[in-house]
Order: sequence, then C-alpha cells, then structure tokens
Amino acid sequence: MRFMVIVKATPETEKGGALPDPQLLLEMGKYNEELSKAGVLLACDGLHPSSKGARVRFSGGSRTVVDGPFTEAKELIAGFSILQVKSLEEAIEWVKRAPNCNPAGDSEVEIRQVFEMEDFAPVLSEEQIQHKVERRAELPNQTANK
Amino acid sequence: MSATDPHRALHRTIEAVWRIESARVIAGLTRLTRDVGLAEDLAQEALVAALEQWPQSGVPDNPAAWLTATAKRRAIDLFRRNAVAERKHEELAHELEALEQTSPDLDSAIDNSLDNTIGDDLLRLVFIACHPILSTESRAALTLRLLGGLNPSEIARAFLTPEPTIAQRIVRAKRTLADKHIPFEVPRGSELAARLSSVLEVIYLIFNEGYSATAGDDLMRPTLCEDALRLGRILAELTPTEPEVHGLVALMEIQASRTRARITSTGELVLLFDQNRTQWDQLLIHRGLTAIERAHKINTTPVKTSRGPYLLQAEIAACHARARTPSETDWHRIVILYTELAQLTPSPVIELNRAVAVSMADGPQAGLTLVDALASEPSLARYHLLPSVRADLLYKLGRHPEARTEFERAAALTRNTRERALLLTRAASCETDPTSP
Repeated sequence: MRFMVIVKATPETEKGGALPDPQLLLEMGKYNEELSKAGVLLACDGLHPSSKGARVRFSGGSRTVVDGPFTEAKELIAGFSILQVKSLEEAIEWVKRAPNCNPAGDSEVEIRQVFEMEDFAPVLSEEQIQHKVERRAELPNQTANK
Repeated sequence: MSATDPHRALHRTIEAVWRIESARVIAGLTRLTRDVGLAEDLAQEALVAALEQWPQSGVPDNPAAWLTATAKRRAIDLFRRNAVAERKHEELAHELEALEQTSPDLDSAIDNSLDNTIGDDLLRLVFIACHPILSTESRAALTLRLLGGLNPSEIARAFLTPEPTIAQRIVRAKRTLADKHIPFEVPRGSELAARLSSVLEVIYLIFNEGYSATAGDDLMRPTLCEDALRLGRILAELTPTEPEVHGLVALMEIQASRTRARITSTGELVLLFDQNRTQWDQLLIHRGLTAIERAHKINTTPVKTSRGPYLLQAEIAACHARARTPSETDWHRIVILYTELAQLTPSPVIELNRAVAVSMADGPQAGLTLVDALASEPSLARYHLLPSVRADLLYKLGRHPEARTEFERAAALTRNTRERALLLTRAASCETDPTSP
C-alpha cells in the first residue's frame, strides 16, 4: 500500500526567495537516501512557498482565482513523498526517523493512505491452497501480449 | 479486542519495526556468527523478547541496535554452553565478549559497525539466500523470509503452498547452507555474473508469481509484486553499477504500472492492446524509464557494452509504456529488441513473442509464418500461449473456424480459471461473428 507523507509548511518554508537551510537539506538528502535504499520511497518533492502559487475556488458554476501567498502556514504544505510500505505503522516508523524540518521549533508531517486498486488477494481458504500446482518450468515473457 | 487496543497497536508497531530492521539485523548477526540459520533463529528470539519487553519499556530509540544487542547476548550464552563441545564456538564466544568489553556503549558500537558495513552484509545476505546450491523454490522462500521480513504463513499464502511445507523448505535450506559451509560473502570476478543472475532470477520469479499467478483463481497477487519490487529496488542501491539489476527493476516497475488496467472490476484479464492506458500508473512508468537510463549510463561508460536480457525486456516494455494508444507502438523497434533478445537467450517463448511483434509490424501473415515454425517445438506442446497467439492471428486473417479451434485448445491448456474464461469468450466470438466465412 502507498502513503502520501505530507510535510506541513512553517514560517521558514513560507519565506519568499529563501532556500532551505543547507544543513537541513543535507540531512533530508541522507534520510531520503535511506528510504531509497530500503526500497520504500517512490517519489518525493519539495514545494516553493505559497507566494508562488494560486488557489482556484469553485462555487457552483463559477471559478475564482486567488493568488498566493496564503496565511496559516500550518494548513499549507511544503513538500511530500510517496512511500510504498506494508502498513500505516510502517509508514509511521519511517516518518519518525525523519529530521525535524523546523530544527529550532515545531513542525508537523501528515501521513495519508493513497487509494489503490482493490486488493486482489483475498484470504485464501484451505481448498484454494490445494489448488497449488507445479510452476511452469519457464515463465512466459509477459510484455508482448499481457 | 478493539482496533484501538494499546497492546494490539504496539504489536503492529513491533511488526513494522521488524519489517524495516529484520534484514539488517540478520545480516549483521550472520557476519558475527558465520551461520545464517543461527542468525535468523537468534533474530527471532530477539523479536520474541521485544514482544515481551517493549509493552513495559516502550519502543527503544534505536530498535535495530536493541534487537541486534539482544540477539548477540543470546549468541554469547549459546556459544558458552556449546564451548565444551566445539572449539569454533569457544572462539566465537571470546570474540563477541571481547567486542562487548572494549565498547563501553555496546548499542552505539553495534550501531556504528552496522552503519559502516550494513550494505556489504545485506548484499552478502542476498547472495547466500539466492545461492544456486538451493532449489529455486527454496531460494524464493528464503529470500522473502530473510530479506523481505515475511513470516512462513505470509510466504505460504503468496505461493499457495501449505505453511508447513514452506517452514520445512526454509529449515532445510538453512541446513543445506550450513552443511555445505557456504561462505557469507559477495562473489568476485567471473563468479559474480552467474551468482547475480541467480539473484535476479529469484526476484523476477517472485514478481511473476504475483503478476501472472500460475495457479488458483486470481490473476494477480499485487502484494507479492510489491515485495519483489522492494527487493529489486534494494538490490539496485546495493549494486548500483550492475546494468542488469536496473534492467530488472525497470521491467518490474513498468509491468507493475499496468496492474490497474490489466484486470476488470469483475476480475477478468484485459490484454495489453485492450487496456485503458490512462489507467497505467505514470509514477511507476517514470521510475521504470529512469531505471533504464541508469542502466544505459553504466553500459556506455567507459565503452558501450551489449544489453542484457532484463534490460532488453525492460526496453520492450518501455516501448509499450511510451505509446499513448496501441497504434502508436513502435513495433519495428520491438522487433529489433526481440531479435537481439532471441540471439542472447534463444528460447521458443521469446521466439513466440517476436512473432507477435512481427505480426504487428509486418502483418498477421508474417507473424503466422513464424508461429507455425514453432508448432513442432516440444517445449511449447503444453504452452497455452502458442495456440492463443495462433488463434489471434488466424482470426485477424479471417480464418475464423481455425481460430475457434485454437482458442479452445488454448483454453484447455491454461491452468488459470480467469484466463480460460477469456479464451472461451474469444472462441465463442468466432462462432457468432457474422463475417465468419
């Protein structure tokens, strides 16, 4: 299963034009490398401050564009990653190992499960286990016709 | 017990920690004890200790170091008890004790040594789990156990095999490795290529068992595909200079990208050309194409070398992934890739796939000529895709009665119930088609 790990913005990440602290970048790089080496990191990216973004508000049939920046840093996001793990608990364990994005103060990371195709692996009955037959000697190449 | 029960919650947390740490703990312990079976038993004992103690003490800050230290103390106790009987154990107990005494902070010492050598130890663990002395089935089970952190019941479910069989298989594999004194090492020189291909074979077998379930009522077991992908991605970081590892990862990423589109909501198989390509997972496709690029960079530095079979298959898969509609597929490139693959690893199955590509590039008659040449191939006598491909080409040529016979023959040969249903539907469509001659 996949989880989106959402890094919430802080006053620091919302500062226009300011790049993140080099030391923090280094630590984040090392952390992401650890996730890659464990085979769980599918994607990750950081976001520019909200001053470079916009919101589109929908109201019935009309759309209104509101330019950034937006207030309430806690409700904004500064970056995200996508993890592929076995459980919410595993995602939590990985996130707990991340450096604090706001070393001097507080920061928050939210973990949300990504919707996926229904699991095609139901719990198997004894009878289904009996179905096991010898594997084909040679596995077919699947690329041409599957 | 409710879902919010604190003990259950802690139990799930410990399981998660185990999933993350077990391979590294077992790898480190194997280096210390020189016995992978013993290392795994000790790691299991440490897990049991964690399940007993963490509910009171809480999860330690560095769970990997805690598990390793606990397992190591048990190893020392065990070696002391066995010291009288065996000189080797006496030496090991001394070594471990010396290590313990020289480091005032055992946990951090272990942690440091883990950090420094963990990559090497993990890679050694991969190679020993996939050692060619073991049967392919044993290698797959042991790899999922030692590196994937799966328990025997999870592995049994993945392979539709009774749990005692899997447990036995793992026990026997560990005993074989000990009896034959298989060293805990990364093979060097000329041996490396052969041993690496054994590792890749095991990972791809696990992936295929999930992707095209060879038995049972389900076409896919996606969690098994995820386990194989995770193993492949780990291996790619451990051996970043091996193009074939990136090739295998690319192949699996791109094949996995089609998961959503391959099966209908009622569980029917959808063939590649009929899939809704907007459902393909672009994130996985992107990862696959990136892995191909990584392989190319290695292959062209310092001199251009030829592509291996996994990279070639990945590139074929990439041709499909890049085409937004089936008609945009670069079939001529696919024919070239299959021809290169057939030269590298001649096989009737690859030849059959090449025939399909030729039929798309040059028309069904050209493909049928190649398929007919395979008719007498003994290894394909019971292979359902041969009549299935032949049926499809005959259908396209308007030879519907012959096509129907071939679809029915393919249906009788496949062991997958859902695939059989698809083939029978196609056979029936030959009958009712008003354009049928």
